[in-house]
Amino acid sequence: MARNVNFDLNHPLVEAGLESPADEDVVHNSFSELIAEQSQNGLSDAFELQELQNELDEEGRDNLAYLTGRGLNDREWEDDERQTDPLVGERWSSDTLKVLSSMPSRTIGRSRGAIISQYYNRTMQLRRRRQSRPSIRDFSHSARPSIRGYGMEADCIDAEGAGASKRERLVNNLQNLSVSDRIRMLRAMPLSLAEKSELRTSTLQKERRTRSGSQIPCCSQLKYYIIIAVRQCWYSWLSFLHSLQLWQVALKRVSGRFGTGVLSYFLFLKTLLFFNLFLFLVTGAFLVLPQAVHPPVLSADRQSFSGLELLTGAGYFSDTVMYYGYYCNYTLHRSCRDDDGGQNISVSTGTTSSCLSSHHSYNMPLAYFFIIGAAFFFTCIILVYSMSKSFGQSFRIDKSHSILAMKVFCSWDFKVIKKTSVKLMSEKICTQLKELLAEVNQKYVKNTVCQQLWRLMVHGLAWAICIASTSACVYGIYHFSDFMHQQQQQALTNKHPMLKEASLLALPALVSLINLLLPGLFNLAAWMEDYESPSVGTYVAIGRNLMLKVSVLCVLCYHWLGRVAADPKSINLTCWENFVGQELYRFLLMDFIFILLDTLFGEFLWRFFSEKVLKRRRKPVFDIARNVLELIYGQTLAWLGVLFTPLLPAVQILKLLLLFYIKKSSVMMNCQAPRKPYRVSQMTTIFITLLCFPSFLGASVCVTYTMWSITPSTSCGPFRGLKTMFQAGKRWVEQLERDNPNLSVLARAHAYLVENPLFLFVGAGIFLIVIYFHSQVVDGQRKIISLLQEQIENEGEDKKFLITRLQHIHEQKRTSKRRLKSQDSNY
Amino acid sequence: MGNKQTIFTDEQLDAYQDCTFFTRKEILRLHGRYHELAPHLVPMDYTNEPDCKLPLALIVNMPELKENPFRNRIVESFSEDGMGNLSFNEFVDMFSVLSEMAPRELKAIYAFKIYGNEELTPEEVELVCEKTIEEADLDGDNKLSFADFENMISRAPDFLR
Repeated sequence: MARNVNFDLNHPLVEAGLESPADEDVVHNSFSELIAEQSQNGLSDAFELQELQNELDEEGRDNLAYLTGRGLNDREWEDDERQTDPLVGERWSSDTLKVLSSMPSRTIGRSRGAIISQYYNRTMQLRRRRQSRPSIRDFSHSARPSIRGYGMEADCIDAEGAGASKRERLVNNLQNLSVSDRIRMLRAMPLSLAEKSELRTSTLQKERRTRSGSQIPCCSQLKYYIIIAVRQCWYSWLSFLHSLQLWQVALKRVSGRFGTGVLSYFLFLKTLLFFNLFLFLVTGAFLVLPQAVHPPVLSADRQSFSGLELLTGAGYFSDTVMYYGYYCNYTLHRSCRDDDGGQNISVSTGTTSSCLSSHHSYNMPLAYFFIIGAAFFFTCIILVYSMSKSFGQSFRIDKSHSILAMKVFCSWDFKVIKKTSVKLMSEKICTQLKELLAEVNQKYVKNTVCQQLWRLMVHGLAWAICIASTSACVYGIYHFSDFMHQQQQQALTNKHPMLKEASLLALPALVSLINLLLPGLFNLAAWMEDYESPSVGTYVAIGRNLMLKVSVLCVLCYHWLGRVAADPKSINLTCWENFVGQELYRFLLMDFIFILLDTLFGEFLWRFFSEKVLKRRRKPVFDIARNVLELIYGQTLAWLGVLFTPLLPAVQILKLLLLFYIKKSSVMMNCQAPRKPYRVSQMTTIFITLLCFPSFLGASVCVTYTMWSITPSTSCGPFRGLKTMFQAGKRWVEQLERDNPNLSVLARAHAYLVENPLFLFVGAGIFLIVIYFHSQVVDGQRKIISLLQEQIENEGEDKKFLITRLQHIHEQKRTSKRRLKSQDSNY
Repeated sequence: MGNKQTIFTDEQLDAYQDCTFFTRKEILRLHGRYHELAPHLVPMDYTNEPDCKLPLALIVNMPELKENPFRNRIVESFSEDGMGNLSFNEFVDMFSVLSEMAPRELKAIYAFKIYGNEELTPEEVELVCEKTIEEADLDGDNKLSFADFENMISRAPDFLR
């Protein structure tokens, strides 16, 4: 891209330039006047050199005449130009160099005056933006559209003397901004701290002076004090939050040793923890707490606590607030002792209860339905928001041509501080640069047809292996679950009850085992395939793992909702929701136990083995993608289970807390950073997207299906006796309508909007349209970026042209001065 | 707030809070770190703004900077005299810019300063430089200005995290 400006008139570009829309005579004449003015201003003693000036102008115009006339002596011109083409030779005059080095684009961050100037302009823009938007017509037309509309005067490059006044004007601007804007501006300025605090002091002093000068009414003085107090509170709240940072020291240690890649796993874990915390707070406050305070009357045959409950979740736990079955289906009243159970009072006749203290009533079924729905809704919003934010940070619209430049400048990971890790990282970057240079220098070697076929075959084989193993495992799970289902149907009473409970753990154990072993097989297949580009390999691995987990979860959902829920009587279940909730608890727990085992065997023992037996010096690598997918799988289970087990988020929180410490110690002891380059932002975006789309969407589809179509059990839970869980909301609306006929509109709206599937289609249609518009906007931005790049190139050309002309003029001055001196010396 | 600290006046702390990305506690902690680099040089009382500078060699030994190959350049670009001697203000400034809360644009300006004046000699490295400038230079003047640099690192979202 480094092009020299070519003044060869026969060159097509120059001809094209001369055929520009503006009349060339006009352009050149006005320009020559400008140069004439410039050289005139430069001369301090005007009298003696007046003739010289005229001579100069003539010569200047003469030279320019060479340009304007077409039928001129090309050779002479070229000779002249070659002599003084500053881009060919290195003979920049000192003035030109000074001009170049003091240009704003070169002095950002270096010259204090330039920074103050730049921030003066920014504060001006901010003030204007906050106050009113000036119309673009107010600004003078300029050939440079880049400065039009920015409020910049044409002569914004001030001489040093004007620096002080610029500073005063900046202080003035700062004073007129709001406090938060001012603080933001101050913090973002690349000046030294001493200067910033000087600016701040002068701003505050000025403010105090103007305030004490004028007569302020006491209410705005009060407002001022309130603002100061609020700011102090805000700072102390920030301090508190910062000190509360969870795991800050641990994360710093991990990132210091392994870099941002491994850190992203732990940050993802922290994000999941916050999601679960939110879920737990919502369900805990609105479901668990009211029900715990008003315990229902329990049936007599309550099992005693044995240790197995912690594993199976059944037994003693089945009749606790942990599961769906415990929750009442009537309105809870405060200070009301309903001794005869009241379990048979359904919602529609709720008011027949003898307690009339209805101002503290709590409609449990409605609450259950709405709280679960609201929790999912808000989780969806938070997920989509964080996904779009992460996407915005990592998605780059234009294709990156400058890979090498990026690698040189941007591959250093500043978080790493441990010596060995730093050495490893610099080796890694060195290797990458060498590879890139080799690629750049070498010609691309095309594979022969034979080689291409061979590669295709290898890829096909690997994919066939993966798909076959996945299908085999899924099929196996399907039949095993069927087998277990039938086993429970037979209900052999001579079986030991403990054994019966333990056999419930068989399916979760199998599924977790499959989840553990199959990714190893996928890794083997990938090793066989030997991808050239490591990022493609990572994506393929993630795709295969995802395929496995999605199919496993689909089969399990079918088993629970299609088999168990459809016909609960066949396995002597009075409360199928309890059973499903317990199943999910068991799955979550088994997942955790198998992760523990994997950490122990996969990382700890493998390191031992490879060091002592295989005598390898390198420790095993921490597979970030696989671990994150395991976290996503666990979170999907938690989301599936919230409807049946409102306390499942608490279990998940405990699990994540323990997992953090276990994984951290394992990583520090046994692993080393991944050797492949890991693009953190992109991977984080992918993981959040995976969390949102297959994981959360799948869970919410399951839950919605359960609420909409599946019949709840008749003898337990808050929705007993209703046809579907959704009926709870409908009944409430009907009751409202009955109590207050004016709200029939609401009932009708509810009937049309929520029950009608058309509403969902319309909603989905609007969503798709919005996505389409956004993609068009992105396309447009891409076009604008390429146009702007062209413009930058053109402006670079302009700059070179101007500098060349200045150089030329300076040369003229110098030679004429020399001539004058030689003439003088001759006399 | 009832803090019994006597190191800074309240006004000084307010000024620090407004001009950097740190909270009160963090500034006091930073002063602790600065003090422990040279306990006999650094006074505990900063209310009358003593003029105390620590040399490059001491600062560069901090565990956060020790293994960083750019450590000398980093400290030099924040020092006023260009030799790496940092007063407490410059020390706080450096950590404020390097902290996670500083915006990318600010970090980019300093990163440009740090990278900008490298003198590199070996041949392979020269080739890399040539190709780099070729790729990254947008307005074709054979130099990398700050705008070129900013454009390039905007494409690398992992940088300067």
